[in-house]
Amino acid sequence: MNIDRFKPLTVYTIYIASTPEKVWEALTSAEFSRKYFFGNAVEIDLRVGGAYIVRTPDGALHISGEVVECVPYRKLSFTFNVNWPELIERLGATLVSYEIEPAGNAVRLTMTESHDRPLDDDILSGGRQGWPAILSSLKSLLETGEALTVKMAPPERMLAALKKLGIETP
Amino acid sequence: MSKPEFVYVTYIETTPEKLWHALTDGDFTERYWFGARLRSDWKAGSSFEMVRSDGTVSDAGKVVEYDPPHRLAYTFVNLSDKYKNDFPALATFTLEPYGKLVKLTLTHEGFVEGSKFYSGISKGWPAILSSLKSILETGKPLEIPFEALKMEA
Repeated sequence: MNIDRFKPLTVYTIYIASTPEKVWEALTSAEFSRKYFFGNAVEIDLRVGGAYIVRTPDGALHISGEVVECVPYRKLSFTFNVNWPELIERLGATLVSYEIEPAGNAVRLTMTESHDRPLDDDILSGGRQGWPAILSSLKSLLETGEALTVKMAPPERMLAALKKLGIETP
Repeated sequence: MSKPEFVYVTYIETTPEKLWHALTDGDFTERYWFGARLRSDWKAGSSFEMVRSDGTVSDAGKVVEYDPPHRLAYTFVNLSDKYKNDFPALATFTLEPYGKLVKLTLTHEGFVEGSKFYSGISKGWPAILSSLKSILETGKPLEIPFEALKMEA
């Protein structure tokens, strides 16, 4: 896949009192992700070309993709495609990157969501609502041992925009 | 091209009252905000300053809104030569109860086109607000050297 066409449309940076190794483990293991990612399990085959999968708490396939870049404890990029009919056909692939850097006694984690075409703010509102909640919870989990309980539904404006494009959502 | 605007959201396990105190009390901000004490009488129209540990003022502006514990807004700009082409830009904090948490939203807007200050605050806020979340949830702020932010010269 040619990732040069992808442009960052959403960026979120958070600093966590932890080590790059622990942040990496939290980002790539199902055991951790169930606690901070709305109960979802991340299953990832950590090599370029390996599968990236997110399953909902009941085990259903929610997001699927493929690892594009993998530098342990520093950088991980993968495609991140929500399994809603017609979504990838209409909007193209979504590319997510995590960059991990030491910063004092903390770690800077930068999440970048990129797309190969311009998308409007309504479409992007889902990620912009979700990432701060997911990564705030991940930070709490690593710093206090307890994740946050953040309950949220997909934003209405995103659902309406997807419907207009003929993309069905559950 | 649209005007630059910085938006940051974080969820903190605390109460709106504690978060409000953490955002407005100079003794408290000094602990997590790269040593900056916020100084103001917090009346709309009053001056707002960030004071370094040696007593000098790094940033200055005015209070726009003070509605505890819901909404806080002030303008400020850094006074160093690096930002001499910039004007005070408006930072608005909204605090919303969210289950057992508080959702904190910061919107920082009103920058001039090509603003250097915008690029500075975009790197500063995630570190400051991450440290704020840590101090409220664990009692300890983060120790991030300012150089680690990799600000442009």
